[in-house]
Amino acid sequence: MDFQVVVLAGGTSKKLAPLVSRDVPKSLLPVANRPVLSYVLDLLEKTNIKDLIVVVEGEDTDGLVEHWISEAYVDRLHVQVASVGEEVGTAGALRAIAHHLTASDILVVSGDLVCDISPGAVAAAHRRHDAVVTALFCTAPVSGLPESGPSGGKDKTKKPVRHNIVGLDLTQQFLLYIAAGMEVEKDIKVQKSILRAVGKMEIRADLMDAHLYAFKRSVLQQVLNQKQTFRSLKQDVLPYLVKTQLRSEILLNEAQAEGNGNETDCYNTDKVMLSQLLANASTPSFHEVYALGPNGFSPVERKTHKCCVYIANKTKYCARLNSIQAYSDINRDVTGDASHLSGYSFSGHNNVIHLSAVLGLKTTVGPQCMLGEGSQMGDKCSVKRSVIGRHCRIGSNVKVVNSVIMNHVTIGDGCSIQGSIISSNVQLQERAVLKDCQVGAGFVVTAGREYKGESLPK
Amino acid sequence: MGAKKGGKPEDAAEDMPHVPLKAILLADSFTTKFWPITLECPKVLLPLVNTRMIDYTLAWLESANVEEVFVFCCSHSKQIISYLDKSKWVKQPNFSVTTIESLNCISAGDALRLIYERNVINGDFILISGDTVSNMVLKQALDEHKERRQKDNNAVMTMVIKQSKPSQITRQTRLGTDELFMVINPTTKQLLYYEDKSDNLKGNLTLDKSFLAENTSISVHNDKQDCYIDICSEEVLSLFTDNFDYQHLRRHFVKGLLVDDIMGYKIFTHEIHSDYAARIDNFRSYDSISKDIIQRWTYPFVPDVQFSTSNSANLERHGIYRASEISQSYSANIGRFTYIGKGSSIGGRTIILNSVIGEGCKIGDDVFIEGCYIWNNVTIEDGCKLKHAILCDGVVMKSESVLEPGVILSYNVVVGQGFVVPPYSKASLLPQPVQQDSDEELEYADNNSGIIPITDTLENGNIGLKLELSDLGIGGRGFIWSISEVDHEEEWRHSVAPIPESKLIELTQTAFDNLEINVQEDNVLPVLDEQESGDESDDEIRDEYQIFEKEIEATFLRGVHEKVKEDHIILEVNSLRLSYNLALENCASALFYSMMKLALDTPHNSPANLVKNVNDVVSCWGKLLKPYLQGIDDEIEVLMKFEEMCLENGNEYAPVFVQILHLLYDKDIIQEEAILKWADEREDADESDKVFVKQSEKFIQWLNEASEEED
Repeated sequence: MDFQVVVLAGGTSKKLAPLVSRDVPKSLLPVANRPVLSYVLDLLEKTNIKDLIVVVEGEDTDGLVEHWISEAYVDRLHVQVASVGEEVGTAGALRAIAHHLTASDILVVSGDLVCDISPGAVAAAHRRHDAVVTALFCTAPVSGLPESGPSGGKDKTKKPVRHNIVGLDLTQQFLLYIAAGMEVEKDIKVQKSILRAVGKMEIRADLMDAHLYAFKRSVLQQVLNQKQTFRSLKQDVLPYLVKTQLRSEILLNEAQAEGNGNETDCYNTDKVMLSQLLANASTPSFHEVYALGPNGFSPVERKTHKCCVYIANKTKYCARLNSIQAYSDINRDVTGDASHLSGYSFSGHNNVIHLSAVLGLKTTVGPQCMLGEGSQMGDKCSVKRSVIGRHCRIGSNVKVVNSVIMNHVTIGDGCSIQGSIISSNVQLQERAVLKDCQVGAGFVVTAGREYKGESLPK
Repeated sequence: MGAKKGGKPEDAAEDMPHVPLKAILLADSFTTKFWPITLECPKVLLPLVNTRMIDYTLAWLESANVEEVFVFCCSHSKQIISYLDKSKWVKQPNFSVTTIESLNCISAGDALRLIYERNVINGDFILISGDTVSNMVLKQALDEHKERRQKDNNAVMTMVIKQSKPSQITRQTRLGTDELFMVINPTTKQLLYYEDKSDNLKGNLTLDKSFLAENTSISVHNDKQDCYIDICSEEVLSLFTDNFDYQHLRRHFVKGLLVDDIMGYKIFTHEIHSDYAARIDNFRSYDSISKDIIQRWTYPFVPDVQFSTSNSANLERHGIYRASEISQSYSANIGRFTYIGKGSSIGGRTIILNSVIGEGCKIGDDVFIEGCYIWNNVTIEDGCKLKHAILCDGVVMKSESVLEPGVILSYNVVVGQGFVVPPYSKASLLPQPVQQDSDEELEYADNNSGIIPITDTLENGNIGLKLELSDLGIGGRGFIWSISEVDHEEEWRHSVAPIPESKLIELTQTAFDNLEINVQEDNVLPVLDEQESGDESDDEIRDEYQIFEKEIEATFLRGVHEKVKEDHIILEVNSLRLSYNLALENCASALFYSMMKLALDTPHNSPANLVKNVNDVVSCWGKLLKPYLQGIDDEIEVLMKFEEMCLENGNEYAPVFVQILHLLYDKDIIQEEAILKWADEREDADESDKVFVKQSEKFIQWLNEASEEED
């Protein structure tokens, strides 16, 4: 495949404070005891993509990421780690590494994606239509766990939050309209010209942009060069390409930009397109019909380009780690419903307890739990629907429910932890009570303190 | 037909035990699209492949198990009533046709209001106009409608739609109707949005975000055609009565219901796929539907099936229909998809293609006819050439005359020898009405009274007229109606003639250019775009408020001058507030503003005098403000308004700000807390905003001290 893969691993996202820090960038946050980035890398490896570029935001974290990758994927993947400045946005990141991009198509994947959808399917859809961009969409409320009572309630309140509003054609292959970010809350403005060309458009609010795009390289780079103000792929580049699909400015300019030999290029692409059409034996898409004009005559040559979508099957799992809520949801899903993603084999009790972990008397670890290597638990503890990392020391009479505990955490006797996320090297002294809290790395909770719904950075 | 009739009693027994299904048939289109023909004959009585339009509609209604039809006639109502009285429809068992006549209705809305008054409809009914051709099976749509209605009482109407993609270039369907944008909920089929040509100028379709609040997916359609067959619940009639300004069924009624979210009435759609349904809206749809009938899409309503009073014809090979008693020269060439009526004669070497020829026509030798609709008793002499024209009853074309595409010749027009009628002309024996209303809805009552006498004189064969009418060549008879510039540009759209290629190319080019402009507009930096739109809405609100303020001022002044009771002024202000959808505090500030303005406008020669004026006005009318000053925030709003006034009104108030503030305090209009809070709020403001706070520093200090003492 002539595809180059760019993984946008991000930096230290503010949304995930206090969980992320300079020592733990977003891409290395553990999900079911392994960095979130590993899910994307494993997925790509499965698709037989070995060469990739990982882009890290911020200068100081790239070393960490590079170190981790080289250790974990040595001999498995050929990874190039590039760092870009902070706050450049996704478009800016690609602009910065432009000189690395050489293949005809680029697959851009967000490093915080946890999914089991093959990127190959997206790439195939991209190639099949000779599209300038193909985006992966999945059914939106992916993070909800309908069967669990409390979170089900939360989902209901969350429902009005729209991720994206997209317009699709009848065959659900082409992207005709997209609203992202702030625009989602506004009225929908559909271009009549596109509607006229396609006849019927389905507008859906139940889809989510999974941040996995296939771009035609020449087009992507051209847009990035021409529109220096574009910062985000999702909010600037993609809507721009969708809007201009019936009056493409890109291909037009491309011919000029590439200078000599363009005629043969055009000729070739025409021929390719034609052969593809014949091969698929399909009726031409509305783009081609439109470009040809009525009865095949057109006074001006019309330039069009195609924006495609790949809509994942509903049974597939797809989520992005872009908020605290999503972090606990994904941890719960990966140890629960989507356990095939975790890469561990679950025991008969539907949990994973590392062989080296030590459990005290009358300590129970419920289903959908995970206990990492070398962790110890005292007597009469109870763990439900939680993930506990490596080398944690947990005293007696500790209750852990619906929580994520990272590595090297010390928990004193009689603590109760509910719905919380506890970063590495945190110390909880005796009888501390945490409910719906996020505790930053290295924080010390003094004995007997109670916190509820708080964010506790060090 | 026979089978369907046989099945009727059973169906009736099952589905509607006692309530007979009723239909309202509007035998008037309330438009002038078929002028000049409809000046002499009502549209529903015009022949469509030699059968009156209304017969197609009635035959379909009968086949759809409708038992009672109320035919509403307005223009030329006498003609319709006498036709129906003689027709077979009045004699049918289980099918009653009742006419309702009115001469002063100008729109479908009026007609429905009148029918409501007559109180003849109870239960669901079919609303259809008398120019609809259909063979759809109504049962499914009707059942769906009833089912929905049982679940939701607000589902008042089901609209029948059909797949039909408008041309991208002309933006009209093959029926010549304008393109239509509809938003439909794909699961419930509820209609959410309806936009036809009237607001077609924008390049974007703006859909309310609330559509997606309730549904996860909606479909936007540009590929559907409105069949103008509606299944309505009886509420529809009362809705027309409640909203007396509803005129047009679609433009007012449908859009009105969709926009109105208070009553929550819903409209649903029913899409037909293999069935036929279309309305003859203009000459182009007349052409298309005639072709559909000849090509048998409307079966069983085709010329060789006797479904009405007209004579049936035999279908021959190549889609040629021939009635009886035709005399045709052996050298005449009759092409495919042609209808030839009873008793017509066709001369030698004449070529007829894709045309309809009525009864008793005489066509001479060497005539060339293509795509024409020739009604009854038309004489075409030798060597004429006709392309894509409509010739009404009794038209005479003298030898060697030519009709260019798109010509309409109304009743009894005579085209002079060798005369070439230019494209798209419309000729009639009647002169063109002078005051041509540009609006589509026409005052038919006026036209009726103006036109009928002329028709009479013509029928008497006025010789004096004959000499004058020379628009159509030597020996010709009739006026060619002049077409205004604007109409001329659009004439090709609705004509029977196909759209000329040159026009298509031109349109493609403009469509493309428009697209370019749109794209460029869109591509202004998105951030800027947002700001602009934000400003716009702000401006709108501000404008609204200014209008409101003016209204309040006018109300107040009137109250002062006419010594209206305070309660009445308050009532008026309240209603104004509701109609502009504003908050209480806006009323307070607007009223206050009007008072101060009154004081300012009252003659005065010194600041002290002005204060006295204010004192007078406030003590007299201060009570008005009471209902609107519910809390501190309202009072602060008033204070801020006053500040604003001080800044703008030539600063006359500025020097006496403190005095007036004190006065307001004394009169209990502004309370201590409000003043203190206002001062507090201004603390962090710019220096320029603090001018008045500084002025009243002493006063505020005094207030502070006073309150402390109290404590």
